[in-house]
Amino acid sequence: MSVADQKPQPKRPSSFWSYANPVKFLAFSERMLPTLWVLAAVCLAVGLIWGFFFTPDDFRQGSTVKIIYLHVPSALMAINAWFMMLVTSLVWIIRRHHVSALAAKAAAPVGVVMTLIALVTGAIWGQPMWGTWWAWDPRLTSFLILFLFYLGYIALWEAIEDPDTAADLTSVLCLVGSVFAVLSRYAVNFWNQGLHQGASLSLDKEENVADVFYFPLLVAIAGFVLLFVALVLYRTGTEIRIRRARALLAREARS
Amino acid sequence: MKALLGRDLALALRAGGGFGLGLAFFLIVTVLVPFGVGPQSELLSRIAPGILWLGALLACLLSLDRMLALDWEDGTLDLLATSPLPLEAALSIKALAHWITTGLPLVLAAPVLGVLLNLPTPGFIWLVVSLALGTPALSVIGAFGAALTVGVKRGGLLMSLLVLPLYVPTLIFGAEVARRGAVGMEVQTPLLMLAGITLGVIAVMPFASAAALRVNLR
Repeated sequence: MSVADQKPQPKRPSSFWSYANPVKFLAFSERMLPTLWVLAAVCLAVGLIWGFFFTPDDFRQGSTVKIIYLHVPSALMAINAWFMMLVTSLVWIIRRHHVSALAAKAAAPVGVVMTLIALVTGAIWGQPMWGTWWAWDPRLTSFLILFLFYLGYIALWEAIEDPDTAADLTSVLCLVGSVFAVLSRYAVNFWNQGLHQGASLSLDKEENVADVFYFPLLVAIAGFVLLFVALVLYRTGTEIRIRRARALLAREARS
Repeated sequence: MKALLGRDLALALRAGGGFGLGLAFFLIVTVLVPFGVGPQSELLSRIAPGILWLGALLACLLSLDRMLALDWEDGTLDLLATSPLPLEAALSIKALAHWITTGLPLVLAAPVLGVLLNLPTPGFIWLVVSLALGTPALSVIGAFGAALTVGVKRGGLLMSLLVLPLYVPTLIFGAEVARRGAVGMEVQTPLLMLAGITLGVIAVMPFASAAALRVNLR
């Protein structure tokens, strides 16, 4: 059954699951999207401008430290995007909500771009700081592997014609891939000792970056999160409409 | 189950191309490496464990699409799916047959190719041990990749893209065992990790493969 065939359901107590109905989902995302775009733009502008122009240079790293405002949020979102795909894949496998599968499909290209941003900004920062564009360090390597997982996931979506089969297979791949991504993370840890510094952010205040850098970084991270949510909502809406158009065409061809 | 195993083995032996091809590929890769990096024997002996592991892995990958594609085309998989044997078991058997026809010959051939690459003497035993432990994992993970892409036309390249990242942990630990063995270091930790990965994927992956195959057979 295609998405377009589903009728708006009778009134039920509102819950998170009611947004599995594409009509409700579209209405909700259309209502939220303008706000999200504006908030994301404001947070990104504030965080990046504050970070780039109104923070002091680091006394050892000079102004190269400022790439942190792109590097850390994108790396964070690269992992969280995969995590979100894992959750939506599980929802699709268990509850068979089409919107969930489409959200996973919509998130993958965003995630791959985030991974790419993290890798490229890291390379640009690493060149002056470590003296090399690339090192086979555990974190760098596991990000590269994550990038490959994203590519495989997207390629599998593209390769299969039947949308439900594609959703099922990519969900299984996402589950298995998550396990192997974690496994690879620890395997490369064993394989090579790191060049990359520890976490820039943690609840444990001791190892955080200094406050001057910390607050603009938080704003930039909020901006990236909002941007990600807005992009995924937008792209999911597009996928739903593509499905609808296809269902309409199929119906027309039949009659 | 025995009948299925026997059938797969007989097919691989008689149909031609399947059995020897992986080995020949392994040989070719190993022979090509010195052309690529130069014939200095100390360099070759340093990279030999890694090269042999990579060659074995690629040879394994090359023969994966054969595992399910032919049975998919002639309808054997549909029969298997409706038979009383669970699909998980059928896929495990198929992975086992793939290992016997591809993995095992690679394990046995690896020391011979090690001579070509000037592998240090203490490395031989650990190379064989690590390959014997690691190649079953390659076959089982490969069965998952084959099950995912069996319905895709010309899925070979796609399968490589899906399967190779999954091979990373096995490759890391397997090559580490072989490397440490070759330079005479203690091998216990990576060896245990490698064994753990192999046992883990043998236990869990057939379920994922069967789930993927069921979707494709729907």
